[in-house]
Amino acid sequence: MGQKRKERGRVLSQKEIAPGIFDLWIGCSVAAQAAPGQFMMVYPKAESTILPRPISICEIDRQRGAVRIVYRIAGRGTREFSGYGEGDAIAVMGPLGNGFPMEAAMGKRVFLIGGGIGIPPLLQLAKELTCEKQILAGYRDRHLFLKGDLERHGVFYTATEDGSAGTKGNVLDAVRENGLDADLVYACGPLPMLRAVKDYAAGKGIIAYISLEERMACGVGACLGCVCRTTEKDSHSHVKNARVCTEGPVFAAEEVDI
Amino acid sequence: MNTAVTIAGVTFKNPVLTASGTFGSGMEYGEFVDLNRLGGIVTKGVSSVPWPGNPVPRVAEVYGGMLNAIGLQNPGISVFMERDLPFLARYDTNVIVNICGKTIGEYVDVVEKLRDTEAAMLEINVSCPNVKEGAIAFGQNADSLYEITSRIKERARQPIIMKLSPNVTDITEMARAAEAAGADAISLINTITGMKIDIHKKRFVLANKTGGMSGPAVKPIAVRMVYQCAEAVKIPIIGMGGISNGEDAIEFLMAGATAVSVGAMNFVNPCATMEVLEGIEAYMGQYGITDIHEIIGCVK
Repeated sequence: MGQKRKERGRVLSQKEIAPGIFDLWIGCSVAAQAAPGQFMMVYPKAESTILPRPISICEIDRQRGAVRIVYRIAGRGTREFSGYGEGDAIAVMGPLGNGFPMEAAMGKRVFLIGGGIGIPPLLQLAKELTCEKQILAGYRDRHLFLKGDLERHGVFYTATEDGSAGTKGNVLDAVRENGLDADLVYACGPLPMLRAVKDYAAGKGIIAYISLEERMACGVGACLGCVCRTTEKDSHSHVKNARVCTEGPVFAAEEVDI
Repeated sequence: MNTAVTIAGVTFKNPVLTASGTFGSGMEYGEFVDLNRLGGIVTKGVSSVPWPGNPVPRVAEVYGGMLNAIGLQNPGISVFMERDLPFLARYDTNVIVNICGKTIGEYVDVVEKLRDTEAAMLEINVSCPNVKEGAIAFGQNADSLYEITSRIKERARQPIIMKLSPNVTDITEMARAAEAAGADAISLINTITGMKIDIHKKRFVLANKTGGMSGPAVKPIAVRMVYQCAEAVKIPIIGMGGISNGEDAIEFLMAGATAVSVGAMNFVNPCATMEVLEGIEAYMGQYGITDIHEIIGCVK
């Protein structure tokens, strides 16, 4: 038997930081082991919602034994979480998956690219990377959640779909408009954005690490619900599928067929 | 307190097994539970060659349950024998290998390859609703089920369990066909075909459109079918469908199952199997039951 377990955490604080987007600190042992880019499972209490919700870890406070998640209400489970207040019990399991490879960034200029609800995992990554960081965050509108946190850890650029802040358009429009350049990319966000990042990195001949999202059931590699297509045969599955929860959620962009 | 049961000559230290496809080959859940405490591990369906499975999304939650359309992704029997079986052999538990195929020949190929292995029993998947060829096609017609069961029985060294589909008009007809063809046991239920539509995106949630429903919401259907089959055949039954605790398991045993499998609830609680086992023991203690056979099939 290993160390993994579902545990009873406790809500330390929660606030809505943009419409439908919640910022939740949870006291739990996940904090001791977690690394940037990993995720955790959060379990709704309602018995009609049986499956846990995979949510990326936004920030880790190892001293306080707490992790921060920033999530969007997407259904019944996350709606339930949004009603939790300080002191409430919350069942969690983690950390899960493989996070962003950090050593790859040594001495390099990196882009940290996030889109929408893919922005949160960039925060802990930005905190831990010591290299030259350019953070690009793409939002729908003027609700620039986590902007204040991210600005403290790198040069921060914004793109908004409606043009209400920063570059009007997407994160790669912001790269072009600001004449930016990098040797390595870390990205998390919607699939169209990740495809564009993959193409961008391939065009520049640089490595991009992208964090994928997929519907999950178990979160630990048993159910094979959350696979992504890979360019080569995966060493576990022996077919061109890798488990997002176990081999991922972070993959080198060139390894996955997205 | 005796919790041991015997099925086709194979003794299980307790009646708690894992449902195929929800527990891999035990590697992942070995981090949460002591696999030695399980009565048996029923492995994810394995075919003669690697299968890539279906496109994503493959899973969706529904009220009180879930849908899956994994499509029997597996690395094929060769990798399974080199990697998974040696891992399982380290544990003091019965290994039941679930087998899938597109043709009878493919099933028989896997059955023959497993002849000289430590697999204690073979479970034949004739009930997966998520693949286009094979699987459920053999399990929805009594003649086809009879044919595949007898062909596999001829070649199998281990006892065989036919895993039945609930997606039929009369499951007892299938149970009788399996028994008549020489099956050593039956297991039921596999998932119930379902569908979920995303009304905001105006499309199916699962890429496969349909998926198999499992979880607590299907339990009453499963208990009813186990009872019906127990009335219809003499061979042992492994019951499953939404079992999440000891009380659920007791229902299946009372309906006539000799053993039970925990499926989707492994995803909800990685230690679900242990809680089911402890719950069965607590129930027996509460009612002064010294042998689990006192409750198997006790409700007529």
